[in-house]
Parts: sequence; structure tokens; C-alpha cells
Amino acid sequence: MSGHDSKYFSTTKKGEIPELKEELNSQYKDKRKDAVKKVIAAMTVGKDVSSLFTDVVNCMQTENLELKKLVYLYLINYAKSQPDLAILAVNTFVKDSQDPNPLIRALAVRTMGCIRVDKITEYLCDPLQKCLKDDDPYVRKTAAICVAKLFDINAELVEDRGFLEALKDLISDNNPMVVANAVAALAEIQENSTSPIFEINSTTLTKLLTALNECTEWGQVFILDALSRYKAADPREAENIVERVTPRLQHANCAVVLSAVKMILQQMELITSTDVIRNLCKKMAPPLVTLLSAEPEIQYVALRNINLIVQKRPTILAHEIKVFFCKYNDPIYVKMEKLEIMIKLASDRNIDQVLLEFKEYATEVDVDFVRKAVRAIGRCAIKLERAAERCISVLLELIKIKVNYVVQEAIIVIKDIFRRYPNTYESIIATLCESLDTLDEPEAKASMIWIIGEYAERIDNADELLESFLESFPEEPAQVQLQLLTATVKLFLKKPTEGPQQMIQVVLNNATMETDNPDLRDRAYIYWRLLSTDPEAAKDVVLAEKPVITDDSNQLDPSLLDELLTNISTLSSVYHKPPEAFVTRLKTTAQKTEDEDFAEGSEAGYSSSNPVDSAASPPATTGNIPQPAGRQPAPTPAAPAPVPDLLGDLMGLDNAAIVPVDEPATPSGPPLPVVVPASTGQGLQISAQLSRRDGQVFYSMLFENNSQAVLDGFMIQFNKNTFGLAAAGPLQIPPLHPGTSARTMLPMVLFQNLSPGPPSSLLQVAVKNNQQPVWYFTDKIILHALFGEDGRMERGTFLETWRSLPDSNEVQREFPGITITSVESTIDLLTAFNMFFIAKRKNGNQDVIYLSAKVPRDVPFLIELTAMVGQPGLKCAVKTPTPEIAPLFFEAIELLFKA
Amino acid sequence: MAGAASALFLLDIKGRVLVWRDYRGDVTAAQAERFFTKLIEKEGDSQSNDPVAYDNGVTYMFVQHSNVYLMIASRQNCNAASLLFFLHRVVDVFKHYFEELEEESLRDNFVVVYELLDEMMDFGYPQYTEARILSEFIKTDAYRMEVTQRPPMAVTNAVSWRSEGLQFKKNEVFLDVIESVNILVNSNGQIVRSDVVGALKMRTYLSGMPECKLGLNDRVLLEAQGRATKGKAIDLEDIKFHQCVRLARFENDRTISFIPPDGSFDLMTYRLSTQVKPLIWVEAQIERHSRSRVEMLVKARSQFKERSTATNVEIELPVPTDASNPNVRTSLGSASYAPEKDALVWKIKSFPGNKEYMLRAEFHLPSITAEEATPERKAPIRVKFEIPYFTVSGIQVRYLKIIEKSGYQALPWVRYITMAGEYELRLM
Repeated sequence: MSGHDSKYFSTTKKGEIPELKEELNSQYKDKRKDAVKKVIAAMTVGKDVSSLFTDVVNCMQTENLELKKLVYLYLINYAKSQPDLAILAVNTFVKDSQDPNPLIRALAVRTMGCIRVDKITEYLCDPLQKCLKDDDPYVRKTAAICVAKLFDINAELVEDRGFLEALKDLISDNNPMVVANAVAALAEIQENSTSPIFEINSTTLTKLLTALNECTEWGQVFILDALSRYKAADPREAENIVERVTPRLQHANCAVVLSAVKMILQQMELITSTDVIRNLCKKMAPPLVTLLSAEPEIQYVALRNINLIVQKRPTILAHEIKVFFCKYNDPIYVKMEKLEIMIKLASDRNIDQVLLEFKEYATEVDVDFVRKAVRAIGRCAIKLERAAERCISVLLELIKIKVNYVVQEAIIVIKDIFRRYPNTYESIIATLCESLDTLDEPEAKASMIWIIGEYAERIDNADELLESFLESFPEEPAQVQLQLLTATVKLFLKKPTEGPQQMIQVVLNNATMETDNPDLRDRAYIYWRLLSTDPEAAKDVVLAEKPVITDDSNQLDPSLLDELLTNISTLSSVYHKPPEAFVTRLKTTAQKTEDEDFAEGSEAGYSSSNPVDSAASPPATTGNIPQPAGRQPAPTPAAPAPVPDLLGDLMGLDNAAIVPVDEPATPSGPPLPVVVPASTGQGLQISAQLSRRDGQVFYSMLFENNSQAVLDGFMIQFNKNTFGLAAAGPLQIPPLHPGTSARTMLPMVLFQNLSPGPPSSLLQVAVKNNQQPVWYFTDKIILHALFGEDGRMERGTFLETWRSLPDSNEVQREFPGITITSVESTIDLLTAFNMFFIAKRKNGNQDVIYLSAKVPRDVPFLIELTAMVGQPGLKCAVKTPTPEIAPLFFEAIELLFKA
Repeated sequence: MAGAASALFLLDIKGRVLVWRDYRGDVTAAQAERFFTKLIEKEGDSQSNDPVAYDNGVTYMFVQHSNVYLMIASRQNCNAASLLFFLHRVVDVFKHYFEELEEESLRDNFVVVYELLDEMMDFGYPQYTEARILSEFIKTDAYRMEVTQRPPMAVTNAVSWRSEGLQFKKNEVFLDVIESVNILVNSNGQIVRSDVVGALKMRTYLSGMPECKLGLNDRVLLEAQGRATKGKAIDLEDIKFHQCVRLARFENDRTISFIPPDGSFDLMTYRLSTQVKPLIWVEAQIERHSRSRVEMLVKARSQFKERSTATNVEIELPVPTDASNPNVRTSLGSASYAPEKDALVWKIKSFPGNKEYMLRAEFHLPSITAEEATPERKAPIRVKFEIPYFTVSGIQVRYLKIIEKSGYQALPWVRYITMAGEYELRLM
């Protein structure tokens, strides 16, 4: 039986609509029918054929059922766009609803209910009333659903016209299909109404249980789903209900089986007899297992539900773990869910076999699955104390395979195992250390560092190992930096020798001065203070005993679990979320919760732009710093104060003041020059300038979002440049909502990507975000941002250097536009930018000032300024081993004095 | 609890809408298409995506059949199991109508597709999916008559799967008992899992409304009847029945009684998890001389009685992806290298019981390998076979009684066959 309808899709291109119009009005039946088919074909491919409304509706009055159905279909699609014309169809609808043929009566009611036009809805009421009492069950079952449609369009009308009573009467209908549809309609209406409409009492219960045996499989699902809300009066009634429902477990339709399981589980809550419960558990196991022979999509739903069921009643499937072993050809989504259930069912009795399976999975090719398998081994180790050792040996075997991501995942779980069983398995640390240099994922790195710190006293070369990480400290992600900081402190407390002492200096310096991550900075200052005031207290805090962890991951809260169990087989049980979290009937107000649940990380904040998943940060974070209650260090300013202004920051913290988290050290001073104006940046304006602060070069940036969209995922890249300036870390900008702005000081490093060729102040920058194209702009490298704090010279050295350099190294330039107002203010200005005063002299009525500075890589810069105070004109001469940079210096001078 | 579908989409392999039926007016085709094309673009194949996905307030559930996706969208907490199962039923109905469900057949029959979607689901609630009865009142062009039809009684009857008044000259029933053996052997040679899934597949050509009663050598039934278990009685672990079987009656006295649909259907399926000796055992010794060649020595042994014979045996042996130049010898059957599956397929037309055969193979391996060891896909050895006139479980049809009020005699024909299901032996 195959058709040739595809010909209707190929119509002439030109004058299509007029042509169809003509054909629709043809006097020949067949031609009209073909034309309607062409119209439907056009509608199917998404063409707008609503202009043919009247012509199509004219074809409605026909004896031909097929044609009638097509016209009805057209109406469903276009009535809303032509509400005034739709009224033309009403007469035919009403007439059809009285047709002798029940197929046509039902079709008319079914279609009218789908046309969401108020004017039509009014005319629907009378035919619907008749059809609800029709002699033919086919019409009644269609009318039952139609009441729900009407309720969706106009709930008041349904109540006023007494449709609810008529619908309730249908529960006692002698036809099971009608009963089932009435139940579905009532359940839906109840869900969207606050007043009690559909309450199941013991009489309706009996009726529905009887209908259950006779209606179609789909009807059985409606009835079982509605009945699962019923609360039995006592254990006896519960047992009776269960007895009537259990035969459904043998149904070939898996939806019937799952709904029956749901209902049995609900009633079991009331049943007190342990024998009955045990018996029911035994009865439910085989049908649940058989669900795993269904189509993979069904298996997926079943597995998500079984996950809930085993949390509530682990005994049901306690002996069936083998059926959850993954088959080679299972789709990945089935494998993932099976794994989760295997962990839940793993016990001392079956762990050996389970481990063999996990090990097998850990050598498959799908990376996510492999990782999950490795994690599963760890979770079993934490869950089953007696099996921990076997789990570890499997993990070690896996590490030996040396597949990079397996090793990393194994190290992460071993860290958890150490936390669960302290002082038990440390003998394997040596093996772990062998893989040290292969780690490149933050979580694995952080875990390994935690292990080294925690067991520093047993690892002979712990200091060397940690030191190897220190070199790259500024580039590490925050998660790793935090661990590195804590581990170094632990090492120092355990082995207060010279090496660790130096390391701790380096780390604390890095973590306090060279970072704009407030978490890291704050933690570093706390350690610093602790160490400098009371090392013993530091020991008590940092090396305190940690609470033992348990495997409660993926375990649901009992009340949520109970709610989800009442929703077995529904989406709620698939998502493991209560319905309110995702149901968005356009009428309800559930929209908000939904946003919160699904649009994770959209709230603006410092941490959200952080690339590290904060939820996955290693437990050491909380373990190392127990509640500081009673141990709060007195706020004495005893800490060595290399950076006084930042320490002030810390003081503020102690006084419980809140540090503005998202603006680490906002630079004050003149506004930044605009580099990308909003007009070229599609509403995004970027201002930026190099700056220097506390010995560190920063790129101060201001982002202003004047566009209509939220912008996020900001990243930055610098092209090769004369000084090899590059970002020291990721650009940390929170998602920018329209109309907001964000400032940041991006730490920079030098000599990362040097460009060859003559020196130039050109700095080419690219900034991107997730929503817009990449923005390129050029900025100037302002040399004075690079002058080092150590540029001061002794007078003698200055003279010596000046003399030792050949004259060819001296470069001069005149700035006729610059006027110096006083020598003192000039010196002050230049000192602020690390150009240090050496000497001054008078040459006639001109003042000559000598200054020294140092550009990176310790290149001295000797400066001679000659000017007449109050008169325009400044002469500037520099002498340096690298005179090529001099032009850049002149640019800087110009900038400084013009500002 | 209540919840229903908003719309049903039939999409092509790239996720574009071919035909769709809007049931509730709260999800648009454009929205669904945008979501779904993005989804399959991202993953490449639908196999890696969860079959239930959420996007912007709408849940999408989908299944794939040849080059067509069937997808349901919903905004409510609907019954996921029911709707996904419904989609599979829709596939069955379309296959019944168009023989093959694919993009072309949907296009060629879009009028009937719309009619069926209207009849099978109403306001997002599954209604009716009995293909044979549907085709009594929804017909394709070739069979369409101009007389107006009435809905067949069956649509709303308690017996919703069979129409009244069928007539056959010869009343016959064919009953096939098919058992699939699923087995998983781990790399240590231990049987990790083994079960048997059986199905009683029926084809009926019976007049009127026949009452059928099926008797099996079911231990529970025989013991309840107090019969001495002569011969073998079996324990059926989990039985699933076609909706025609009266479940309450079975629960009461283990009688399998039913009025069958016309034509072919699965009367029941069952599962046995008793461990069985693997019917065909395969051992492979694989020696890898890295960077030059790999040698395989494979032994296949049949572990059933000599009077039975396995037919169409196919043993799929995984070989490394970079292997080449196969050199194979077998003591029976033929072996061919299937590079697209990375496997050597050994076919034996007829494999008698209690015999052992060998295969030797040698492949070349490239002399250069990648520096970094990426894990090889570790496929298991997979075996296919059929053993006619034999069941693992020992299930027997003791009787099939057919009673119709016209009193005709019907002939039941019963066949038994065992075949390999998921039959996997992991390599050492």
C-alpha cells in the first residue's frame, strides 16, 4: 500500500496561489480534491497558504471523508490567523456533528476543539453536549477529550455549561475506552484547577479498576496514572488495590508496567505486613529487569526510574546487578545510566565481579564513559570498606596502562579514597608520583598536589615535587593555585627547613601580590598571618584532622525521592527533578524556577566567569580550614608588610567588612582611553590601557555593554609585540548584562611572545565573547608602565654608566609643545612612574634634570631633561644600551606631560 | 501527574520537519526544528544523545527509524515511557501501511500520514495504534472506496485488536517458539551473564471470534493441577503478554486464554535467567608481534547434542584497525575480512553438535605506530547462529485449543528454534 502523494509537492512556481484558487473552485470533484491536497502539501513544506482560506472552506461540505479531513486539517492550521473567516466553517461543523456517520460526528467535535478561536468555541458547546451523550462510544471518547481542550481554551465555559458533571458521568460509562479518556481529561483539568474536581473515592476506584482490565493499553496508562494519586484508607484496602494491579506487570506495554509499578510502590507505603512487602518486591523484580530488553530509549527511561526505585527499596533488585552490566552495543546514554545503578547495587558479595566490569569499561574508547567507570571504582571503594583495597589495586592497574585521562581520573578518586580511609593506603603514593608530569587537568593536578601536601612527611622529595609546580604558579587555574598554596603551607609546617621556607615565600608572594583572585589572596593572607603570629596555631588549623567523607554523591534527598517516586514513568522521574522545575505551561508562573534550574551560571559574579567548576573543587578546601571559631587571631598588624596598601585590605576583612569581590583593586585615576567604541563594537565599548601597580604590569580594562544581549565568555589575546607582553591568566569578566559594565586589571607577563623587527609601541589585541565577532584593536605600549621599581641608581653609578656608553647610544628629541611648571613637580611626576631623580643643575636660565630608570631585563635608561621653567619647550636626551627603544620613551614622555 | 504531548514531528535525517501534527498549539515547528537540528549537528549521531532532552521550557523525546526521526514535544510532566513507546508503535503502524518507513514513503503518503496522526493521538493523548484495525477505515489511495466508512467496532470494543466477521477457508494457526540466547563471557573466560529471552510468535488465520487456550509445560501450573511432572517442567521467570491475553485470569489460575488478533503478533515473551552452557564456545589466541603482524588461532566448539545442528553460524572476530593482508585458513566454512567492521567474519553454514573447528589467520601490521598509545576499541567476539527444533529452556506447547461458536476445526502448527541474541565473548 503505497501512495504517490509526492507529486502534490511539485507545483508550478509562478502564479501558484491563483492557480490553486482556480482549481479549488473547479466544478469537478476530483480536481477540487487534488487542489486541496496541493494546498496541504504546500502547508506541509511551510508555505503560507492562508490566503486560500475561503476557497478551501468552500470544499468542506463534501461526502468525501478524505477531503473533509484535509479541509479540517487546514482549518486547524489557519483558523487562528483568519478568525473572522473561520466562522464560515461553523455551520458545517455543527451539521457534521449531527451526521449519521459516527466517524464524521467525532471528527467534527475533535477538530472544533483544536481550533482555538473564541468565536468558534461558543458554537462548540451545543454539539459537544450532544456528543458527550452520543450512542456511539467512538464519539463519546472523542467528546471526553474535547472537554479538556475546551477547558484549556476557556475554563469558565466548561464549569458554567456543566461539562464537568457530564465528564464525571462518563467514568461510569459502559465502554472502557470512554472511561479511560474521561479519566485522562479529568486528571488534566484537575491539574490546572485549584478547586477539587476529580477526587477518587472507593466507588470510582472500583469502577476504574474494572475498566482497567478491558481498555486499550494507552487507556490503562491513563487510569493507572490517575489512580496512583489515590490514598488507600488502610493497609487492607492497599493490599486489595495492589492485588488488582499486579497482573498489569505482565503487560507487554512497558508504560503499563511502569505505571503499575508506580501504583504498587505508592500502596506499599501503607502496607504493614512484611510478608506482603517482601512478596511484592519479589514480584516487581522480573518485570523491571525485562524492561532492559526493550528499545534503548525505553531502557533509558526505565533506568532513570530504576535508579529512584533502588534508592527507596534496594532489596528489589539486590540480586540482579548482572542485568545492568553494559553490553558492547548499548548506546552511551544507556551505559552511563547502567553504571550509576551498578554503583548503587554494588555490595561486598558482588564487588569482585563488578570491579572486573568496571575495569573492562575503563579500557573502552568513549572518554566520558571511561572516566565515569574509573570514578565508579572510586565510589565503590568509598562505599564498601572491605573492598577498598581491591578497588585501589584495580586503579593502580589502570594507572599502569598510562592512558592520560584514565590516570588523571584515577588520581582524583584516589584522593577521595585517602580522605575516606586516612593512613591506610599511603604506600601507593610513590606509584602515583610517577605520573606527576602527565597531569594536565586542573582537578587531577589539584588532587595530586593535595595528596603531596597531606602526606608531605612521608614523601621524601615532597619539596621537589611541589617546587616543580611552583614555576608555573601564575598560569595555573585557581583550583590548582589554591591547592598549591595549602600544600606548600602544609609542607612548611611539617618540614620547616630552608627549602620549604623559600617556597612558602614564593607562594605567598605570588598568591598575595600577583593575583586578582580574592579567594586565593584571602586564603594566602590568612595563612601568612597564622604563620607569622602563631605557628603552633597554624599547625592546629592547617593540619587539623579532617572529617571522613562518605559516598553520598547522586543520593537524593528523601523527601525529593518520595516526590519523584509518585512521578514514576513521567519526565520528572527522568530528570530527577520535581515537575515545577521544568513544567512551563504558559499559564502558570513556573517560569522562574525553571530558569534558575536550567540556566546555570547565568548570575553575574566573580566565580561564574571562573573557568574552574567550583562544585568540583577538592574537599580539602573545607577540610583544611575548620571553623575558626574561638581561634580567631587577634587583629595585630604583625605580619610582614611588603605591600601595605593590600594589607589594609586584609584588615578590612578581619573587621568583617565586605571586600567588593568583583572589583579587585579597581584603579583610580583618569578614565581609560576608549579602544573599541560602542559604535564599532555592536554596542560593546572597551577602554583599556597598560598600567603598573606594585611591581606588576596590568592591562586595565573597562567593558561597557550597551547592546541588548547578555555578553559572556570574554577572552583576550595579545599579538606578538616588542616586549612580548601577554596575559598572565584568563580574562575574568562576569557575564555582562545589558547596560552594565565591568572593570578588570589583567595581570601581564613580559617576554612571552616577542615580535622580531625594530621596537615598536604597537600592541595588537583581540577580545572575544560568546555572542559577538572577535574585536581587534591596537593599543600603545606605554613604556613607563614597564619601568622597574629597582631603577634607582647611585650618583656614581649613573656617571659611570653614562661615560661607559658610547655617544652613538645617545638619542635626543625636542618637545616644543611641553611646558614645565616646576622642577619639583616634574620630579614627583616622573618618580611616580619609576624614573628616579639623580641630580639637577642650572645651565643659564635652563634647568637640567638627570634621572635613571630600568626597563625589563635590567636595561638601564639614563635620562637628561632640559627646559626653561614656565616656557614652552623641553629637550630630552636618553642614553641606554638599547637606543632603539628611545622613540618609545619619547612617546611616553609626551603622554605624561600632556596628561 | 497528567500530561500530554504538544506536537508530534516527523523529521528527516538532518532534523528538518517533514510532516508534523500540532496537538496543543504551544510548541512551534520552527522552535522544534531549531532545537533538534542543533542537537544532531553537535553530536553527529543521535546515539550519543539522551533520548529525552530539555530546551527552553519544552521537553523533546525522539526515536530514530532508518532515515527518519520521530519526535514528541511537550511542555508538561507527561508520561515519558508511554510517549516513547507510542513513537515505536507509530513506527509499526507506518511500516504496516507503507511497508518501509522512510523519508520517501512519508512524502508519498502525506495525506494518510496526517489522517493516521489524527486518529492515533488526540490532544496529545495516545488513542489507538492497532494497525490492522486502522487500515479498515483509513486507507491509502489505492484501496480507497468512495463509500463513507464507520469506525470499526473494534476501535472502542473491549476486544480492540480484532474485527468481527473474518472468514477463512482454512483455519490455521502457526506458532513459532523462538528463544534468543544472550551471553556475556568476560576476558577470564567466566560467564558473566547469561539469559534466554523467549517469544511465542503467532500467525493466525481464523474465522470469527475464536477463543484460544494455550497450555505450556509451566511448572507452577502443573504443580497447581497436582500433575506429576512427567518430563520437564520449566520455570518461566518473567512473562509478558500481548494485550489480548486476560491477565487477571492468568494471575488466578495460570491459564493463558485469549481472542487473538488476525495475522501475526507476539503472543508472549518470557525470560529465563538460569545459566546455560554456552551453545557455541569460541576461544581465540591472539599473538601480536607489534609492528609486524598479528596471528590468530581460533577454536569454535558446539556444546549441544549431536542430533541438533546449528545453521548460519557467523563468528565475528575483531582485528586491529590497522591490520592488512589477511591470510586465513579454516577447517570448515569460509572466512572473510570485513575491514568496515574491523572484523574477520567466519561463516559456517551447518555446524553439527559436539564438534570443534579451527581457524588460523595472520594479518600484517604497519611498521610505524603513533607515539601516543590511544586505546584500541576493544570489541568482543560475537556469534550468530540458529538451532532449529531445539529450545534451551525445554519449553513445550502442550496444547493450543481453539474454540469458535461455528465449531470449526483449526490446525495449529508449532515450530521451535533457538538463536543467538546478544552473544558476546570478550577477548583476553
